[in-house]
Amino acid sequence: MSVGRDVLRLTTAGSVDDGKSTLMGRLLLETGSLHQDHVDAVTAHSRRRRDPHLDLALFTDGLKAEREQRITIDVAYRYFSTARRKFIIADCPGHIQYTRNMVTGASTAELAVVLIDARKGLTTQSKRHAFIATLLGTPHLVVAINKMDLVDFTEEAFHSIRQDFCDFASRLETKSLHFIPLSALHGDNVVEPSANMPWYRGSTLLHHLENVNIGAAINRVDFRLPIQCVIRPHQDFRGVAGRIASGRIQVGDEVACLPSGAISRVKKLFLGETTFQEGLAGQSVVLQLEDDIDAGRGDLLVRRKNLPHKGAQIDATLCWLSESPARSFQTYILNLAGRETRCHISRIDYRINVDTMHREESESFQVNDIGRAQIQLNEPLFFDSYKRNRETGSFILIDPVSHDTIAAGMIRGTTPDLSSLRRETQAKRNLMESERLVSLEEREHRRGHSGCVVWLTGLSGSGKSTLAKKLERRLFDEGREVFLLDGDSVRMGLCSDLGFTDQDRRENIRRITELAALLAAQSVVVICSFISPFRADRENARRRLQEKFLEVHVDCSLQTCEERDPKGLYARARRKEIENFTGIDSPYEKPLEPDLYLNTEERTSDECVEVLRAELQQRFTGL
Amino acid sequence: MSEPLYQYGSSYLDQLESEAVYVLREAAAQFERPCLLFSGGKDSILTAWLAKKAFAPAPIPFPLVHIDTGHNFPETLQFRDQFVAQLNAELIVGSVQESIEQGRAREETGPFASRNGLQTVTLLDTIHKFSFDCCIGGARRDEEKARAKERFFSHRNASGQWDPKNQRPELWSLFNGHKALGEHFRVFPLSNFTELDVWLYLQREKIPLPSLYFRHNRQVIERKGLLLAASQVVKPVEGEKVQMRTVRFRTIGDMTCTGAIESSACSIEEVVEEVAAASFSERGARFDDQRSDTAMEDRKRMGYF
Repeated sequence: MSVGRDVLRLTTAGSVDDGKSTLMGRLLLETGSLHQDHVDAVTAHSRRRRDPHLDLALFTDGLKAEREQRITIDVAYRYFSTARRKFIIADCPGHIQYTRNMVTGASTAELAVVLIDARKGLTTQSKRHAFIATLLGTPHLVVAINKMDLVDFTEEAFHSIRQDFCDFASRLETKSLHFIPLSALHGDNVVEPSANMPWYRGSTLLHHLENVNIGAAINRVDFRLPIQCVIRPHQDFRGVAGRIASGRIQVGDEVACLPSGAISRVKKLFLGETTFQEGLAGQSVVLQLEDDIDAGRGDLLVRRKNLPHKGAQIDATLCWLSESPARSFQTYILNLAGRETRCHISRIDYRINVDTMHREESESFQVNDIGRAQIQLNEPLFFDSYKRNRETGSFILIDPVSHDTIAAGMIRGTTPDLSSLRRETQAKRNLMESERLVSLEEREHRRGHSGCVVWLTGLSGSGKSTLAKKLERRLFDEGREVFLLDGDSVRMGLCSDLGFTDQDRRENIRRITELAALLAAQSVVVICSFISPFRADRENARRRLQEKFLEVHVDCSLQTCEERDPKGLYARARRKEIENFTGIDSPYEKPLEPDLYLNTEERTSDECVEVLRAELQQRFTGL
Repeated sequence: MSEPLYQYGSSYLDQLESEAVYVLREAAAQFERPCLLFSGGKDSILTAWLAKKAFAPAPIPFPLVHIDTGHNFPETLQFRDQFVAQLNAELIVGSVQESIEQGRAREETGPFASRNGLQTVTLLDTIHKFSFDCCIGGARRDEEKARAKERFFSHRNASGQWDPKNQRPELWSLFNGHKALGEHFRVFPLSNFTELDVWLYLQREKIPLPSLYFRHNRQVIERKGLLLAASQVVKPVEGEKVQMRTVRFRTIGDMTCTGAIESSACSIEEVVEEVAAASFSERGARFDDQRSDTAMEDRKRMGYF
């Protein structure tokens, strides 16, 4: 029995009259996926309407209203398979008021077919669909230029549209883009190559669908398993059930359960009566643990050394699906990887004009709007960025009154503060990320390790400089690219215009953060040694640097610092020769949850460097 | 090149299985009183089988509900009881006959009368009686045009009706089971299975099936191109003849509306071969869908499964 070996989930999109349903009908018909009685029913229907052609669209336009209006109004799922693959098509409507269905279809798709009518060229609808597909992280885009029969199968028509689309797509984040000229009505280049377009040497649509590389949307690195339910048939057995969202897990591996943080090991992995040694992304399993830890629905199993973000403020891209507009400070229910919590939209940053790709000021989101917003959660949740992980980076908003799903969200990160957001907006206008020809991955590959920022904070005299210098030497000797930023290196030049008022200190730290970010983006290990007394400044640095940021609290009592007083500064501050000295007449705000805590009274500097070194190795690739 | 995903077993059937298990667990977790609608047909057998798998080693955490039209094949009922015992599941039977006797439903008359439509009344009554807030079913999207648009979690209003224009968008694998009091959901774990997928999976898992699915000799009546089993409820009218044929059923429903096909397939392997080569969709062998082109959509709006 020959059936496909794997599955490609794809979505189709096009304007009302681009012939999308006809194309789907053609694919189903020519792959032998339609049953004779369906063909007979459609033949009879076409005959009743005195249609000269078999109306292929009728194979996919199911609902009564659609037949009457001759448009597709809801996502329909279609199936066909060839010897190579099984295909699941989410056939989405092109009608503007049903964009939410396009978002729905794209959310699980690995490939999107955007249909363009060769006579009309690139339309707003095609742009919108291509944009939504890439926004939802669909890895492959196929632009099917249909109705080539109506432009005499000319190469010029095809090239002109392709050029227009490429100009537009340069602003999209898409890696895989294919163009195919076809005629769904007559079957050219759908399954069989077209005799009418000898100038086209590419593959037919079906050939492309059968051969495109799949699995690109799956994160295979970060193990995440959202727990769906606990299975406890009797006192002696307790298992957690769920589908592995990303990464892999083996029997014997250590896992942590969030939010409790409880640690255990995988004792057994199974489904029904089948046991596995290893579980992969996409697989539904029951996981039996060595220890009876507290775990329940909505909890997340991860690896201890590969944690998601934690936060109660989320920076997200929202697709508004509901007829009732988004309202700030209205309570919604947020569902993220099966965990629900109440939340509200604390700020709407902008709306994206899908036609121009420009950002527009907006007070609210209307149905079909897409934009950026900040969401305040009632409790902190664990998540990843959508770019990194589709499963743990996506969420829906539910209206607690109507119970409707009113928005779909994709997480960008934790909420940045307003000023840095403005700067980011400004910077992005001038510098498009996509224009870079060298990627971060390439840099990291060349260096052999990723960049990061080790931020040492603590009182003057706590031992930051000693640790920083020793760590720099150690990493340098190991062949790592490392650079130390401290007061001496910035106060003389980059920040020579700044004093020691609160405001100047804040600006000082901001500049250092930006510099460190640039260096880290060159995959350099940046060691920052600054008192950096204010928590808010350090939190800004964390938001700016995200997972590249390692906050280290170098601690020791004020008394010991004063005794050490390597530069004689405490003595001068006590004599009031220096003002605003941290610890004397200016406060030091201790980190509440530093990534690492080092007490230099309890450990020697060499021991501290050992701990630091081990932490780097654990957290960052290649270190 | 990246390795193929989901290939921990041998085929994409594993992916369909994982998806169905995920959906079943979501249904069990999100609803207070779910149930599984069990007809004795292969799709509901598969759904029950997957439910067993999803929660093993614990028993299925919800009851199986059978809406008995009173016109079931005796083989179906016999199989039902054996299978339920094998799964160690709880069974609840809702009776159409009872609904008729209570005056809740009125029987169609004439030689083409069917109790298929009456099932809706008994189903909604049973849902009400046991306060079920979620009915898990074995429907697949490839079965029929209207079903191609179904969600995994399909919202029904307080009168059990489906509004095709007002379905909740379903994104990623996030299912929204929130509802108002009195409303309920239909959940379809097999949405992405095709008929062939179902057979291939049944074959792979060696799942027991009623004998009706395999070749046997039977007295049948040919009516409107369908072969109906001759019985107490299906008798020949003028011009019709009862004849012995070698048949099997592709789908199992009410005796009054389920047609047999001539077939020599006597094992799952042979059925798989036959299905793969079939030129008639399985619902084509059901009378109730032939009534009009949009028959299924109309019945769904009314609350039919």
